[in-house]
Amino acid sequence: MATATAHNTDHHHEETFISKYIFSMDHKMISKQFLITGMIMAVIGMIMSSLFRLQLGWQGESFWILNFFLGDKWAPDGILDPNMYLALVTIHGTIMVFFLLTGGLSGTFANLLIPLQIGARDMASGFINMLSYWFFLASSIVMIVSLFVETGPASGGWTVYPPLSALPQAMPGSGMGMTLWLVSMSLFVVSSLLGGLNYVVTVINLRTKGMSMTRLPLSIWALFVTAVIGVLSFPVLFSAALLLIFDRMFGTSFYLSDIHIAGELLEQTGGSPILYEHLFWFLGHPEVYIVLLPALGITSEVIATNARKPIFGYRAMIGSILAIAFLSFIVWGHHMFITGMNPFLGSVFTFTTLLIAIPSAVKAFNYITTLWKGNVRFTPAMLFSIGMVSTFISGGVTGIILADSALDINLHDTYFVVAHFHIVMGLSAVLAMFAGVYHWFPKMYGKMMNRKMGYAHFWVTFICAYGVFFPQHFMGLAGVPRRYYTNSEFPLFDEFIGMNEMVSIFAIVGALAQFIFMFNFFYSMFRGPKASQNPWGSNTLEWTTPVEHIHGNWPGALPTVHRWAYDYSKPGKEHDFVPQIVPLEEGELDGGAGH
Amino acid sequence: MVTFLIIVAIALASLAVWQLLRVFEGTAKLKGGDSFVPTDAENKYQGRMMLLFMFGYFAFFAWLYVRYAPHLLPESASEHGLVLDQLLNFNFLIITVVFVITHVFLFYFAFKYTYSSDRKATFFTHSNKLEMLWTTVPAVFLAVIIVYGLSAWMDITAEAPEGSLKIELYPKQFDWTARYSGTDSVLGASNYNMISGTNPLGVITNASLMAMQQELSDEIGALKEELETVPKGGLKEEEITETIGKRERQLARVSSFEGLEKASLVAGDDDILVKTEFYIPVGQSIDFIFRSRDVIHSAYMPHFRAQMNCVPGMTTSLNFVTRKTTEEMREMTGNPEFDYLLLCNKICGAAHYNMKMIIKVVEPEVYDQWIAEQETFAESIQPADEEGMAEATKVTGNEISMIEQ
Ligand code: HEM
Ligand SMILES: [Cu+2]
Ligand SMILES: [Cu+2]
Repeated sequence: MATATAHNTDHHHEETFISKYIFSMDHKMISKQFLITGMIMAVIGMIMSSLFRLQLGWQGESFWILNFFLGDKWAPDGILDPNMYLALVTIHGTIMVFFLLTGGLSGTFANLLIPLQIGARDMASGFINMLSYWFFLASSIVMIVSLFVETGPASGGWTVYPPLSALPQAMPGSGMGMTLWLVSMSLFVVSSLLGGLNYVVTVINLRTKGMSMTRLPLSIWALFVTAVIGVLSFPVLFSAALLLIFDRMFGTSFYLSDIHIAGELLEQTGGSPILYEHLFWFLGHPEVYIVLLPALGITSEVIATNARKPIFGYRAMIGSILAIAFLSFIVWGHHMFITGMNPFLGSVFTFTTLLIAIPSAVKAFNYITTLWKGNVRFTPAMLFSIGMVSTFISGGVTGIILADSALDINLHDTYFVVAHFHIVMGLSAVLAMFAGVYHWFPKMYGKMMNRKMGYAHFWVTFICAYGVFFPQHFMGLAGVPRRYYTNSEFPLFDEFIGMNEMVSIFAIVGALAQFIFMFNFFYSMFRGPKASQNPWGSNTLEWTTPVEHIHGNWPGALPTVHRWAYDYSKPGKEHDFVPQIVPLEEGELDGGAGH
Repeated sequence: MVTFLIIVAIALASLAVWQLLRVFEGTAKLKGGDSFVPTDAENKYQGRMMLLFMFGYFAFFAWLYVRYAPHLLPESASEHGLVLDQLLNFNFLIITVVFVITHVFLFYFAFKYTYSSDRKATFFTHSNKLEMLWTTVPAVFLAVIIVYGLSAWMDITAEAPEGSLKIELYPKQFDWTARYSGTDSVLGASNYNMISGTNPLGVITNASLMAMQQELSDEIGALKEELETVPKGGLKEEEITETIGKRERQLARVSSFEGLEKASLVAGDDDILVKTEFYIPVGQSIDFIFRSRDVIHSAYMPHFRAQMNCVPGMTTSLNFVTRKTTEEMREMTGNPEFDYLLLCNKICGAAHYNMKMIIKVVEPEVYDQWIAEQETFAESIQPADEEGMAEATKVTGNEISMIEQ
């Protein structure tokens, strides 16, 4: 335990503003940096979705606000340009999936929770941790810069399939904007890898005395497995991006073959766009779980704490995290059922994909059973977590339909898919991220957030979220394709004009509701009531550290762990929680290990 | 001005909320209680809200269903689509039941077990029996879904039967062309090197081959002449030299098609190319093949429950049997304007949203009559004049020998 001895609390670092807030190597500060950066990106992504929802809700109508944000070039007379529509959708998706729910979510909570909940002074390498943040920031900046280039940002969809994304003559967004997108994503991969390696090493090596793997809180299990998935799959995205850069700049033909575009014959032959799809989704599907697992981990902690009851089936929960992680690597083909792949291969992917439903179902049932005969306390974090279980189920069940290759034929790339992935991945992860912020805000800032505003924020967000995405299932079932600038060319879809309007109104109200959160967040940071050491009555180690942040987390020796994290309402105990640092009484069985 | 007003409005709203907060703070202090965890009143209220939300959610679902279910896709226009719809309904039935049951438990438990300080939660860590139960029950249902789903999938993706009508659908940014095989039931060979203004699909026939060679060698000739007129060593010279190189290589590739079998060089002559609208006979198996000229597109025919990506550099295919004419569908849906559509369903550029073709399913007699009226590929291309042809062949000879060296 090199770090443990190196950081002694009575040895004071000379700290300047720069070393404390900017080039910080302290995991708690880095966590806050990730959170704030993620929030800024999320606001951008959200504004984008509101802008294109204006177009979708009232197709072809003029809005001064579009012109205000996009200028005369991309929204002349307030009418959105079709290229800009695609660009907004693309960057929205990229930001939400990668910057908010990968960098933002894992970056914030892995950094905050891993050392604090396993009883470590800091990450294994503070320096690499700092680099991880700086690459993330650089990548975010490049992505934002790409919004301002002459030909517009990348606009081939967040999956950027070649040849569309490889050829500047295919669409304006495939020019400079696409180059910057690739640069940004490459930086992002570096950030993820640096962060992920650090998380893995820290969990394996720096657990405090008594913190066996079977006493780890589920949040740590989830973040740990997420990091492993990331380390194994992000390099593949990196190579996909690299080969695409080669095709774009050096005339190679990894992904290009037999193309005649914009009146010009290209000489590249022998490549295949399908190769790109395989590489992309080899990351892309595990990515879904990189987003989802931390969310499930957060939810597990929040639900157990606030139901005042052990998480039900702790070992089954770990087992299902591992099963999901393993399976997530062998299902990527379900995104490619209709690329002309061998039907037999398609059926293998159907089979593996449907298998994932089993561990997922176990998780959902276990959450519900945790509530059963609990003593449920509705903090805002708890509301968001229950909301998350609901979206996880609502979005998960439609996955069963899409996993069925035969049914995917007619639903692929329709709004049914948009509804499915937003609910199961987008909403679940966003709700859990809010839950995490409300729950650990006292740990991050030493202040409490306002609860009443939390309630208002939850209900408006939750209702609007379903209001936006639930109806889209019906559009998908009617065959409405996604990534369409307008449906006005298809009288077939006229029936959905009203629905589109309703969805847009929900989207805009829901977006505005986020300002309640932002206000609460920043107000409480400065003016909120001072937090107590363990405001929620939790068992985990982070609540044994002082409210004021110190280097090395614990003054004096590191805590020793004597029990699992879920001794809530244990019979024969005075309080309805027993922190992990409390030794077992004579003859007392540890809930995590004992049967 | 408007911007200014908005900023003022936001500032005012923030101020209002700020004030509101001070009130909360004040009351919390007055009561003197620990304001960090929710009060009993708050818990009770939120517990009720949970239940209320559940009813609201179900009501929303029900309303959407009643309102929109009649406007989903009409009965399938293809044979396999009937099987798929059954499969879809079966899966929906299962997931709807799961969805409702789990949500009832989730929200009801949240409501029922709302916090009360004089109660303790039950310390219930795990139960192997329960966990076995909810591992095996989903597994059994999934097994059924998998077997049912895959048997449908295997049927649908099977090769088209002998005697199917073969049609190629060919997309480019941003339209579709359909190609029929004509009287010989064989689609002529095609290649992207052959694409020209008159030959949008690059069909290779003796005539189109000669025309293409002619066109390319004319262009090369013109470029060479231009090369004489530009200053040496300049950028322009480099550019032209490069273009000449490209065209010469293309010409070589094109000329290599002369080596194709005689039969396949005439198969394309009777092919028929149509745009905007194509006809297919009812009650017949249609075998579609797809290529793409530029980027990935996707041929989506929702009424037939059919979709396949069109990928440059490769050929994909699907087949189905039609079962209802456009007329019959119009009667059934009560919509005299109803038409089957082919849509593009893979993002392909700015006008992706407007890439469609109308599909007319008609009685076989009507189809025969329609197809007989269409112009063949041979008719559609201008025959090249004798002199040009001779010259083209000459250049070709040189090119081939160059490549061989
Ligand atoms: C503010 C609430 C949100 C709204 C109103 C919204 C709405 C939309 C809409 C309408 C589309 C375009 C669908 C299409 O034409 O294909 C879209 C695309 C997408 N959204 Fe969201 N979304 C929201 C939040 C999120 C979140 C939280 C995520 C995180 C997973 C997310 C991820 C995506 C992705 C990956 C795409 C696909 C982009 C693409 O087609 O390339 N969105 N969103
Ligand atoms: Cu996937
Ligand atoms: Cu398209």
